[in-house]
Amino acid sequence: MSEPVPPTSEDDEADGAAEESTETGTGPTPVTTGASSVIRALENAGVEAAFGVQGGAIMPIYDALYDSDIRHVTMAHEQGAAHAADAFGVVRNEPGVCLATSGPGATNLVTGIADANMDSDGVLALTGQVPSGMVGSDAFQETDTIGVTTPITKHNYFADDSDSVGDTVGEAFALAREGRPGPTLVDLPKDVTLGETDREPGPAKTPKTTTPKTVPDDDAVAAAARAVEDAERPLLLLGGGVIKADAAEEARAFARNHGIPVVTTMPGIGSFPEDDDLCLSWAGMHGTGYANMAVTHTDVLIAVGTRFDDRLTGGIDSFAPEAEVVHIDIDPAEISKNIHADYPVIGDAGTALDALSSEVAADPDTEEWREQCLTWKEEYPMDYATPEDEPLKPQFVVECLDEATSDRAVVTSGVGQHQMWAAQYWTFTEPRTWVSSHGLGTMGYGLPSAIGARLAAEDDQEVVCVDGDGSFLMTIQELSVAVREELDITVAVLNNEYIGMVRQWQDAFFEGRHMAAEYNWCPEFDKLAEAFGARGWRVDDYDEVADAVEEALAYDGPSVVDFHIDPRENVYPMVASGGANGKFALTEDQL
Amino acid sequence: MSSDDSPSTDADEEIPKHGLQGPHPDERPHPTGRRNSQGIRIDPAVEAEHHPRRAVISALVEDEPGVLSRVSGLVSRRQFNIESLTVGPTTVDGHSRLTMVVEEPDPGIDQIEKQLAKLKPVIAVGELDDDMVRTELVLLKVEGDEPDKVHAVTDMYEGKTLDAGPRTITVQLTGDEQKIDDAVDAFRQFGIIEIARTGQTALARGDQATVPGEEPGTSGEPTTPANYDD
Repeated sequence: MSEPVPPTSEDDEADGAAEESTETGTGPTPVTTGASSVIRALENAGVEAAFGVQGGAIMPIYDALYDSDIRHVTMAHEQGAAHAADAFGVVRNEPGVCLATSGPGATNLVTGIADANMDSDGVLALTGQVPSGMVGSDAFQETDTIGVTTPITKHNYFADDSDSVGDTVGEAFALAREGRPGPTLVDLPKDVTLGETDREPGPAKTPKTTTPKTVPDDDAVAAAARAVEDAERPLLLLGGGVIKADAAEEARAFARNHGIPVVTTMPGIGSFPEDDDLCLSWAGMHGTGYANMAVTHTDVLIAVGTRFDDRLTGGIDSFAPEAEVVHIDIDPAEISKNIHADYPVIGDAGTALDALSSEVAADPDTEEWREQCLTWKEEYPMDYATPEDEPLKPQFVVECLDEATSDRAVVTSGVGQHQMWAAQYWTFTEPRTWVSSHGLGTMGYGLPSAIGARLAAEDDQEVVCVDGDGSFLMTIQELSVAVREELDITVAVLNNEYIGMVRQWQDAFFEGRHMAAEYNWCPEFDKLAEAFGARGWRVDDYDEVADAVEEALAYDGPSVVDFHIDPRENVYPMVASGGANGKFALTEDQL
Repeated sequence: MSSDDSPSTDADEEIPKHGLQGPHPDERPHPTGRRNSQGIRIDPAVEAEHHPRRAVISALVEDEPGVLSRVSGLVSRRQFNIESLTVGPTTVDGHSRLTMVVEEPDPGIDQIEKQLAKLKPVIAVGELDDDMVRTELVLLKVEGDEPDKVHAVTDMYEGKTLDAGPRTITVQLTGDEQKIDDAVDAFRQFGIIEIARTGQTALARGDQATVPGEEPGTSGEPTTPANYDD
C-alpha cells in the first residue's frame, strides 16, 4: 500500500527539514508542521509505540516520527497494525496507536478497527488522506475513510486545519480511553499535515459532550444491594468492562466478602482467578458446564461490564430465566439493550462494586448455593480423553503450555476451535493476560496481537499465541515483523488441517458435508517459520510436546510450533446457537 | 481441568473419546421461567410484551459536518423504525436541533435515545411529552384544471398557494400529521402530481425544556426571522 505519490516541492521541503534534525536525541523538536504537532500530541499523551505501514498520503506523519522517541513498528499489512495496536492497548490498558495511508491503507485497517469496536478496545487510528482540495475527486488512493469507518468507531475526525490538528489528535486519543473505551480515527489530508504551524497542541481534552457518569446513584446502589441481600443463589458475572475499568480487585473483594460465586464472559477472563473455588470460569456457547448451570439457575445475577452478547446468553428466552438482574455498566445504552436490568447501576465498575459492597449490610446465605456450584464442577468436569489410538489432543497442548509458563504469561489467539481450547484449558488468574478477538471473531488476530502484546508486556511475561492453521495463515506475513524486531513470542499452532469450527458445525448441522473446510493444503508451518528467519518445530506425538514447548519458550525470538492435532476433535461443551445455556451438549449426539 | 502430564488410560474410562462427561441435557434440572424477546422476565400475571408506539425525539447537536449522516447511519444500522427526521439551526451558533419521529416499543425508544446520546456531536436528547407543539409542512402540486375549487380547499386547510400556472397549482399546508393526511386526501380529487413533506418538527409546550438541560429563552440572540413569505 506504499505507493508514494510523486514528490511535490512541499514534500521536498519536509524531507529536508527532517534530515537536519536527526541528531536531536533528547530535547523535543519544535512544532513546525501539522504533522509534527500530531506527533507532539501523541508524545504528550504518553504514547510509547505505534504500529503502521508507510504510504503516500501518510508520509508527512512518518517524516515527523523520524524525530520522535515513539517506537514505530512497521507491520506487513495494515490489518496487522490495527490488531497490534489493539493488543498493545489491551495489555497496557490504554489506547494503542496505528497508522496507515489513504485508500487501501485505511480500508485494510477496517477489520482491526471493527474488531476493537466490538470489544470496546481503545485504539487511535491515524490515516493519511489525499490533499483537501482533491477530496471528492476520486483521486489516487482516495477513499471516504470517514464514511467507511463511521459505523465502527466511537467517533472519527476529519482534520481540516494544520493549527488545530494536534489538538484533534489529542482529543481522539482521550476519547478512545474515556468511559467505555473504543476506537477513534483521525483522517489527515496531506496538505493539513504538511501545512506550516508552530502551535503546540494543548493538553488532550475529551469532548465536552461525552462525559460519562462514573459515580453511580445512591438509590440505584441501595436497590441493588437489597436484591443481593435477599438472594438465595446470587452470581457475579464479570465482563470485559471489569478489566478495562481496572476493577478486578474490587470484583474479587466483592465476591469473597459476600460469598458469591463468579462466572466471567470470555473478554472477562482473568478478572477473577480461575483456580479459586468461587470461580466457575466462563459462561456461554463453549463455556464450562458448571458456569452455564450457575447462570441458568441463579436468582440474582450481578452483571458487571458486559453487553450480554448472544454467544454468552444463548437464546434470550432461556437466559438466567429466574434471575433478577443487577447490571453495572458505564454505558447507559447497554442497560436493558439485550437483557432487561431490574436494577440498573450506571457508573465505573470499580466505584460501583465498592459502593454496592459497602451497601450490602447482611451477606446473603449462600452456603448451599456454593455447595451446588461445586457439585456442578464435579458433575461436568473439563477432563478430556487421550486415547492412545488417536492423534494428539489440543487440550493437552494448551495445558502443557500453561504449565510451562508463568501466571502472568500473555496468551493471544486467533478465532475458532483453538481459541476455545485456549480459553477453556489455560487457567487464567490475572487480568490483561487473555488477548483475543471476541465480538467480531476475527481470524488472523493471533499473531499481530502477539506482536502488540510483546511490546506492551513486561520482559518477564511470556507471550504465547495459540493459533489455528486457518487463522495463522491469514496474517502469517507478520512473522517477518517479529523476526525483524527480534520479538520473543511463541506461536503454538493447533493444526488440524481444517477450518475446524466450521468443520465441527458441518458435522453437527450440515450432515458432515465438508464444503471448503479442509485445509490440508496449508504449508508446513515449521519450515515456513524457518524461511521467515524464526525457529520452527513440528510435533505429532504426546511425547514430543514437552520438549518442543520448552525449547520454543526458551528460544529468545519468534518461535513456531506446529502441533498436528486430532482433526476430529470438537469443542465441548457447546450450546447450540440460540439454544438454552443449561442444555449445553457434551458430545455431538446431544446437539 | 485435567492436570495430567501424560496420556492416561485408566482415568479415561468414563470420558467419551470426543466430548465430555456429565449428565445428559434431559437429565438436568431446567428452570421453568422465561424471558420475552426484549429480555424481560415474563411474569405470567402481567402483559410483558411492549407494543410499538409513536414517539417524537428531539436532540440538540453540534452542527459539524456529517452529523446528519452519523444520525441516519445509526438509525439504519440498528434497524430503528423511523418515520421522519428533520434538522435545522437554532439561535446558538454551531448548534442544531434535530427532530425524529419513531415508531418502536418502549425499550426501542429508550435505546434510540441512549444510542443518540452516545454520538459525540449530540449535546442532549429527550422524548417530547404528548402535549408538545408540533407541526409539519407539505407542498402539494395538483392539476390546474379547477383553480377555484383548489383555492377553496386550500383555504379550508388554512393553506397558501405558492404557484398557479396554466397546468399546475402548488399549495403549501402546515399542521399536525392528521391534518396533513386529511388535506392530502381532500386534494386527491384534483389529481396530485407531486408531493413533498418535511416530516414533523416539534418543541416542548410552555416553559418546559425541549431537551433535558436546555434552558429555553437563554440560548443566545435570536436569529434573523426566516423570510420565505416574501
